[in-house]
Amino acid sequence: MAARTVVSHTWMHRFVKIRTAVSHSLTHLFIIALGLVMLYPVVWMVISSFKPNNMIFSDPGLIPKAVTIENYISGWKGYAGTTFGRFFANSLVLCIVAIVGNLISCSMAAYAFARLKFAGRDFWFAVMLVTLMLPAQVTLVPRYILFNTFGWVGTYLPLLVPRFMAVDAFFIFLLVQFIRSLPKELDEAAIIDGCGKWGVFFRIILPLASPALVTTALFTFLWTWDDFFNHLLYLTTPETFTVSRALRTFVGDAGAVSNWGGALAMAALSMVPTFILFFALQKYFVQGISTTGIKG
Amino acid sequence: MTKTSTRLFTGSNFFMSKMSGIVKFIRRNGAAYLFITPWLLGFFVLTVYPMVYSLWLGFTDYDFTKPDATQWIWFGNYLKMFGAVFNLSQFTASTGEVMRVDPYYLKSLSVTFIYVFVSVPLKLIFALAVAMLLNQKLRGVPFYRAVYYIPTLLGGSVAIAVLWRKLFEKDGLVNLVLGAIGFTDLPGWITNPRYALWTLVLLTVWQFGSSMIIFLAGLKQIPQEYYEAASVDGATPVRRFFFITIPLLSPVILFNLVMQMIGAFQTFTQAYIIGGGRGGVLNSTLFYTLHLYIQGWTYHEMGYASAMAWVLLLIIGVLTVLVFRSSSFWVSYGTGE
Repeated sequence: MAARTVVSHTWMHRFVKIRTAVSHSLTHLFIIALGLVMLYPVVWMVISSFKPNNMIFSDPGLIPKAVTIENYISGWKGYAGTTFGRFFANSLVLCIVAIVGNLISCSMAAYAFARLKFAGRDFWFAVMLVTLMLPAQVTLVPRYILFNTFGWVGTYLPLLVPRFMAVDAFFIFLLVQFIRSLPKELDEAAIIDGCGKWGVFFRIILPLASPALVTTALFTFLWTWDDFFNHLLYLTTPETFTVSRALRTFVGDAGAVSNWGGALAMAALSMVPTFILFFALQKYFVQGISTTGIKG
Repeated sequence: MTKTSTRLFTGSNFFMSKMSGIVKFIRRNGAAYLFITPWLLGFFVLTVYPMVYSLWLGFTDYDFTKPDATQWIWFGNYLKMFGAVFNLSQFTASTGEVMRVDPYYLKSLSVTFIYVFVSVPLKLIFALAVAMLLNQKLRGVPFYRAVYYIPTLLGGSVAIAVLWRKLFEKDGLVNLVLGAIGFTDLPGWITNPRYALWTLVLLTVWQFGSSMIIFLAGLKQIPQEYYEAASVDGATPVRRFFFITIPLLSPVILFNLVMQMIGAFQTFTQAYIIGGGRGGVLNSTLFYTLHLYIQGWTYHEMGYASAMAWVLLLIIGVLTVLVFRSSSFWVSYGTGE
């Protein structure tokens, strides 16, 4: 008993330190283990896409016994005479135009809501917030009928024209929040220097809001790239198919394709752009999610 | 003479003042309205008009292949949905036509409700647990956060749905792993109607990343002093969790709950791919939106699909209002004590 009290001070200190270190490394271990379990299916998918077709589903391991790029070659050929090169190009073009549309229409609306005083502003802003909660299904059928009367079904117009009309109100909200946080003195100084509303918008607001604009572009890309439902509704011929739409037909209804290796390879390839953007622009992701609670 | 001229004068004056009022309004607000014109246009053309139109369609038997034969059938579509509740299998519509009650509607409703009420709470609990794990003074938290976000990043894609379907097949990866650690008599999870829905629940819970990031941001707002003070007073970690973390985080929980619930009711892609374009075996994964799509686009019954969409809107609306109403009991906004 007495001996223990003598050693206590220095030893207690060291003991506490060791205990924190141990508990920290245990936490790290736990986090890493959990992360590995979560990522296992994705990692397995990527690795399996390099395995020979007949070995894919007999081997749950992550180290392939044989490596081949045969799946990528056979998968790339696509179907109905259309290669995955075409599908990727379609998706890319669609994403780029959608980004342009969202950036223009959403930033304009956001500037008006955040900075301009006008009759009915609070009313329209409230209306905009309500549309955020609206399930898309209630407008689905009439939109389809409308686009069909325009002869747009089978083209990209039903997917792109709405972007130029700021239908993704999430981004208006995101940009409003961001623009409100910018110092107002800058606009006022610009107005004194003779800038009009458009001048302030182009020269002050847009450059300063660029982080939020990057977030907008990023999420527009992801949502358009991964969108399946609208592509299923409006794209009718294989030449117009996007990657997500093409993958679905590639796998087929019964899911019993003979070329599973090819399907896995193309599925893995379809995730590459998402991955690159995610790791290159991580902080914009966190910003986008925590300011608007973007769904997902 | 003078009288008429005065009257004329006042008349034109009234007109002029009205005109100048409009001019003034435009001068004052025109630029701002120009900025919101694209959004306003979209709002009226792509939201208001379609909503009114679909409400109308819901009371008709609009068929996409023969729109000219459209007839007003009052609540026929709604009876088609809920007729089974009254033990009906068919009924005579106001047009004199015999309509069949949709035998799968209630099934799709129950599938969707089970899915939402199981997957959303599980997802939030998991997201909160991981957020608390990451909300420690540890090195590498941004990296871990990114890793845990990856399933959410990819989860909505067709690629993952395809993978999921393959993982949970009878000879899929999951059974291979389970078999290797000694389990026998494993079912084909996707093809067995008892388990198919749970593979979709698992897929949803797996994508807890957005909620986790929002929880993490919320946890950072809680002042560390509260925890220190509570520890000094001898509060156990469990008590600290229930009396500090949960109340202070409750607005964030409410937000996540509402957003995830609204999203979950609209799940489509995963169910479509995993069910092979249909509702899976014995309609065990016939999600509401999937059923709506099949009715509207496979059978061209767009009047019926519109009515289904309005019921979905009502369900989501009522549940959202209920959650907000209930929030006065469990959400605290940190005013006062």
